Amino acid sequence: MQFEFEVTGGDFANAGTASSQVKKILKQLNVSVSDIKRIVVALYEAEVNIVAHAYSGVVTVEIETTQVRIILKDSGPGIPDIDLAMQQGYSTASPEVREMGFGAGMGLPNIKRNMDVLNISSEVGIGTTVEMIAFLNVA
Amino acid sequence: MASDQKTSTGFHHALKVKQEVCIGCTHCMTVCPTEAIRVKDGMAVITDERCVDCGMCLRSCPVKAIHVDHDDFNHIFDYKYRIALVPAVLIGQFPEDISVEQIYSVLADIGFTHVYEAEHGVDLLHQTMLEYVKKPIVAKPVISSFCPAIVRLIQVRFPALTENVMLLKPPLDVASLYIKKRLVDEGALDHEIGIFYITPCAAKIAAIKSPVGEDVSAITGVINLDFIFNKIYRTIKATPRGSSFPLPDVSPLTGIAVKWSLTHGEADHIPGRSLAIDEIHNVMDFLEKIENEEISDIDFLELRACDESCAGGVLTTANRFLTVERLNHRASETIRRQTESGLSANNQNEMAPYFGHLLPLIRVDEVQPRGIMQLDKDMAEAMRKMNKRNKVYNALPKVDCGACGAPSCQALAEDIAQEKASFDQCFFIRNRMLTAGKIQLSDSKQILDSIWGNNKLKKLGEGNDPTKENQ
Repeated sequence: MQFEFEVTGGDFANAGTASSQVKKILKQLNVSVSDIKRIVVALYEAEVNIVAHAYSGVVTVEIETTQVRIILKDSGPGIPDIDLAMQQGYSTASPEVREMGFGAGMGLPNIKRNMDVLNISSEVGIGTTVEMIAFLNVA
Repeated sequence: MASDQKTSTGFHHALKVKQEVCIGCTHCMTVCPTEAIRVKDGMAVITDERCVDCGMCLRSCPVKAIHVDHDDFNHIFDYKYRIALVPAVLIGQFPEDISVEQIYSVLADIGFTHVYEAEHGVDLLHQTMLEYVKKPIVAKPVISSFCPAIVRLIQVRFPALTENVMLLKPPLDVASLYIKKRLVDEGALDHEIGIFYITPCAAKIAAIKSPVGEDVSAITGVINLDFIFNKIYRTIKATPRGSSFPLPDVSPLTGIAVKWSLTHGEADHIPGRSLAIDEIHNVMDFLEKIENEEISDIDFLELRACDESCAGGVLTTANRFLTVERLNHRASETIRRQTESGLSANNQNEMAPYFGHLLPLIRVDEVQPRGIMQLDKDMAEAMRKMNKRNKVYNALPKVDCGACGAPSCQALAEDIAQEKASFDQCFFIRNRMLTAGKIQLSDSKQILDSIWGNNKLKKLGEGNDPTKENQ
């Protein structure tokens, strides 16, 4: 099954809405506590990335009994050097964003740690697409 | 003992509906934070596995149909040693001109041989907690195990956070372990000791009758605070001034212990980032954020289901703010006296020699999640039910009127997906089916009766029909 959520750039007040909703859905689907935790943490980071860096974005969540695949597609400045962005502590977040407690450069590394697959494609000046997959721990 | 029976699901909850009193009004159904209540046959029905005994339903009931199932008071006389284990908030139920000694002496008069305050367990617990939160292996934030409604809320609604619950017993269990040990040391036999907790809330009862993370509780029985309050108050009022009862064996509490059950009672004494949050909806909002890891770096959380914590327990009778005032006053008096006498709190603590014995006993096993959120154990089946629920929900009017007997359109949709309810229970849907000729008026009445019973409109008989004019 598939769900879609819209994310607005700069709307920190509502950052986390998609991850909250997804958490609720996964709980209802009896996904294991540990899988829910890692998916929600990764999704929250990715969601905040759109809010902090992009203008707008769409989160698509595809749930199957074996995996959860999430695609976050945004319109925004794009990432010029993805390898650099993947480094822990690297961040291009503005001072204002950092002041709000975001932009520590932990986002992408945190996502990578929590998900089984992470693919990032980006076009400078157009936007970024993040695909991430968690294989579910089937009991 | 009525309270001994466990529910069909093995989870005890102390909140019960008096069927003969319930008018099926939906007040409780709409306030229940875990959506545990439905109306069937004109009466509120509590779903066992969802109820966390927070008591919101009891507060909202206009006809007092929801009660807390406690033990028969006369049960205390089955024991040679009859210990009243009272919460500090009991004292706060009375006006200041009734002294602590007076209240305790009346407890002795009505049949107890010993009176202890549950907060006697605080000093040892506090020391142990300071060590506990420092341990690097402990999941942060550490969530206090003090409020049993919160522990159960976490089990059913936030299963991912069960590992954060502090694995130490609450003060009342620590106190009861101490009392038992001391009496046995003094020559009492185990079966002669009856420890009765005077509870300010329903959740403590369930915690004692089916404890989380331990096999059996050291507490023998539970008596409702409002019941004891009446007994004490009547006795005091009926007693001529100046007369005194023999004072039971009572040792003073420390200032920290007096205020332990109030909001900030724990958090203010745990170092690091310690937060105190009271009232169950506030707690749920906060846990939601903790679970998403939107909030981090917090060391300790004191979470209480009631507004103003135990001072606002559902079985308390006094205004909760006045109770807080009285306990604050008592705490500052205690601290002043202890400073004047030059004795530190621990020097006065009669429990101190027992700390070594009690320490290994106050730990509890891990708290197990018992999630109620999943639509089905099997994920494929859960997905099928979720699709159905979402489809049904889209067709419902979303007014959350409760006329279907479920707290919201969302809840009805879920009940339908679980095959526990039918589409035509919705008034709007039923009306549409009726006009479309899909059901008959008699069918409609039958559905209405199945939710609201057939007594609901009895009063709307002869001479009492507001639809007729000039009566």
